[in-house]
Amino acid sequence: MLILLLGIILLHIAALVLLFVSTIVSAWTTGKGSTSDLWVNCTTSCVPASAGEWIQAVQALMILSIIFSCLALFLFFCQLFTLQKGGRFFLTGAFQILASLFVMSGAIIYTVMSPQWVPETDTFGYSYILAWVAFPLVLISGLIYVILRKRE
Amino acid sequence: MQLIQRLLYVAEQDSCRVFGKPGTTMLAVLVSIVSLGIVAQQCQAIVIYTGWERHALVGSDIRLSCSFFSWRWTSEDVTFSWTYRPDGSRDSISIFHYTGGEAYLDNKGPFKDRLEFVGNPGRRDGSILIKNLDFNDNGTFTCDAKNPPDIVGRPSSVRLLVFEKVPIQAGVITGAIIGVVLGLLVLVVVIYYLMRFLVARRVFSLNVSKHGKKKKEGSQQRQGPAPPADPSKVKAAASEKKKQESRKDKK
Repeated sequence: MLILLLGIILLHIAALVLLFVSTIVSAWTTGKGSTSDLWVNCTTSCVPASAGEWIQAVQALMILSIIFSCLALFLFFCQLFTLQKGGRFFLTGAFQILASLFVMSGAIIYTVMSPQWVPETDTFGYSYILAWVAFPLVLISGLIYVILRKRE
Repeated sequence: MQLIQRLLYVAEQDSCRVFGKPGTTMLAVLVSIVSLGIVAQQCQAIVIYTGWERHALVGSDIRLSCSFFSWRWTSEDVTFSWTYRPDGSRDSISIFHYTGGEAYLDNKGPFKDRLEFVGNPGRRDGSILIKNLDFNDNGTFTCDAKNPPDIVGRPSSVRLLVFEKVPIQAGVITGAIIGVVLGLLVLVVVIYYLMRFLVARRVFSLNVSKHGKKKKEGSQQRQGPAPPADPSKVKAAASEKKKQESRKDKK
């Protein structure tokens, strides 16, 4: 029982850490000597990212996913102590699934729109891959919360 | 950095005014001593204000404002001069000069026939208007004002950026999306709690009214008209709702 609980919490925290790293570190697109991400474009010097509408939308969606995932963790601990026996963690699961939807939308928008602001020779960097990896983890975590029943 | 320098200038001028008045407070004396220690300049210095950056669309007009602050009265020999340095170039050329009550505009350089003096030297305003902007007008404009005998001062620069269409400032849409979603979340939570509170209150008030009616009928001992069907129906519905909720929670 305790192992299950720890496993679920670890999964949630791992997904949260992936989200944080993906949003903050500057490596959504890498090329020869240049990295660019949601916030700055760096070659030899760093310049703030072009203030296009779509990149701002991706920024907002990633931040929202982090906020919702943190809220889900907080709600999980609240519900752990206040839910009746046999109850389901609907609220936590709902927030987690919403967070995964936001990550998915952000990654999709970035994929579709990146030819517009990135030269052809650049490839996607590891922050972008982390975002795509975080999405199924968060989704699975949310589904587990929805299915899980509270015991003891 | 410029802000700190401006603050130091202002502190220095405060000290200048303070020394002029007899009976100053300890704090003012301390400030003046500190500021004089940090910035070893004369008490009189002219401070010039322009914007920091200006954005404009191609083909539009823009007004570059320049004003100054000086402890002296505005003299008749006040002068304004604007110089322009294109982006990526190290040389600056002079494009405007006002002296002796006359304004002299650029008649050979890149701003020929495009400049207009819209300032008011009597009110310490030396603004110019540039018409019909082009991409070549990107650059730094520096305003230098002199108010004899107050001539020591630093010219102030404003950077001009010409766009095809005005870009949205960074962070506006980001903040808007985050704000809207969080606002919706808060709204949903508030509505949920409000509904629960209203339903609970309605059930409570119906309970009270029903008990009150029963008491009345019992004390008067007569068969009054049957209580209207609605409140009991609503009460039954509300209690059923509660039972369903507890069933859901138990699941």
